[in-house]
Amino acid sequence: MSRIPAFNHRWLPWLLLGPQLIVTLVFFIWPAGQAVWQSFLIEDAFGMSTEFVWFENFAALLTDEEYHSSFMTTLVFSLGVTGLSMGVALLLAVMADRVIKGSQIYKTLLVWPYAVAPAVAGVLWLFMFNPTIGIITYLLDQMGYTWNHSLNGGQAMILVVIAAAWKQISYNFLFFLAGLQSIPRSLIEASAIDGAGPAKRFWTIIFPLLSPTSFFLLVVNVVYAFFETFGTIHAVTQGGPGGSTSTLVYKVYDDGFIGLDLGASAAQSVILMMIVGLLTVVQFKYIERKVQY
Amino acid sequence: MIENRPGLTFFSHFILWLGVLIVALPLWIAFVASTHSAEQLIATTVPLWPGDQFWTNYSNILTGPASEAVGISVSQLLLNSLIMALGITFGKIIISMTAAYAIVFFNFRFRMFSFWLIFMTLMLPVEVRIMPTFQVVADLELLNSYTGLTLPLIASATATFLFRQFFLTIPHELIEAARVDGAGPVRFFIDILAPLSRTNIAALFVIMFIYGWNQYLWPLLVTTDESYYTVVMSIQRMLAVGDDEVAWNVVMPTTVLAMLPPVLIVIFMQRQFVKGLVETEK
Repeated sequence: MSRIPAFNHRWLPWLLLGPQLIVTLVFFIWPAGQAVWQSFLIEDAFGMSTEFVWFENFAALLTDEEYHSSFMTTLVFSLGVTGLSMGVALLLAVMADRVIKGSQIYKTLLVWPYAVAPAVAGVLWLFMFNPTIGIITYLLDQMGYTWNHSLNGGQAMILVVIAAAWKQISYNFLFFLAGLQSIPRSLIEASAIDGAGPAKRFWTIIFPLLSPTSFFLLVVNVVYAFFETFGTIHAVTQGGPGGSTSTLVYKVYDDGFIGLDLGASAAQSVILMMIVGLLTVVQFKYIERKVQY
Repeated sequence: MIENRPGLTFFSHFILWLGVLIVALPLWIAFVASTHSAEQLIATTVPLWPGDQFWTNYSNILTGPASEAVGISVSQLLLNSLIMALGITFGKIIISMTAAYAIVFFNFRFRMFSFWLIFMTLMLPVEVRIMPTFQVVADLELLNSYTGLTLPLIASATATFLFRQFFLTIPHELIEAARVDGAGPVRFFIDILAPLSRTNIAALFVIMFIYGWNQYLWPLLVTTDESYYTVVMSIQRMLAVGDDEVAWNVVMPTTVLAMLPPVLIVIFMQRQFVKGLVETEK
């Protein structure tokens, strides 16, 4: 690519870059470095002395039952959120792509939850599932099913999955719809002439052609479920009951900010940074490349 | 339209309306609940139709202290959220635009190094470095201040990338022409680049405003003084009342007010919103 003719100036580029670089260094790079450094230290209970312990914090984490279960919780939660929100969004996008009248109105009516904060989404669903006055609890009770997410870990998980997925449907819907609308009409018409019905067309033509969009959304949704749902969990379940909804990010907060176990919290931060790094690399390396057919 | 199947078209509309209703249900229930008194809410299952306490509930939380846990009015909470959201939005847009300008239009040492440094921030969301970032902000004595709420969040790799991508599409002739006419780098930025970036700025504004307004973990960490609480984080404080009865007639109107500004922005600036979503993912 030919470069844009550049300006030459000794200090102006640094003045322009300065604010961004300073904020990045002070509030991003330096704390991240601190997290790495602290993950190699153990501080005694009174903060009197610290000891350099190499990988002891990591070793302790990797043998910790609680950390294992938090990892599993995060996996179940991410799978639930990703599956539910992408499934519903795909169904709605396929339907919206089919109808000619009113698809703009449907779009407006479906995208607004994107603007709702994860914590607020949590509160909305928490209210509907409230064990004593919630409307859904009432309906479930009529069907002979008792709902109390503050006692039942499985139900607590279902509640946070629904609240987190509800907010994400709008995002997935927009991208699925854009993906569907970019599929050439001629392909679909050709298969219709060859006698393929709507269902067959969907599974043999539309769905495979959507795979780049689906893969992109898969990564985005996993990132969302891992890192952006702290508010949902903190507001709805506080990681409970009995740690049943304590995801990795919630645990970093709980161990560090509430439990004040700096070494363990820092080691968890480092592991999470590696996960984000991996997901970011996957996103940048493979997303642009279109899937081959 | 590939073929005419009225049955299938009807089915599509049916599914879409069902989707719209399910998506909107929590909002409706929240609004209905916000118009009833505490006694009405606790007495029976939540009603499905608005009550007569709309003015009482909303004027109570907007004027007086919101609840026992949050001693300031919801108007003040909304104002704090607005200051934080606008601070983050304008901060991000300004420093990203100038940074991208430097990276694209200037030759200097460490140009690529600076670019990668900014890229790194993508891999370091605040959620993964909670404790050390809190310590930095505490050391700088920025706890309980608007600076502490906004400044640490204004670095933005996505916004810098977006402006970089856009600046790379500026035709060379435009720069040459500006040069011939005697415009220096500052003049070029203000008179040519900034006006050309209008649509990108609008798209970013929508996305970043939502991001800033919806911050939860960060205000939770850096504010202990309730006069700096934001509305989104204070809802959890209102819920955490231990064994006492939750004051739903306070929580639900606050929840409705907390989601109103960003939702209205998405609905009324839908075109910019969609552009912003798509562009920031490139």
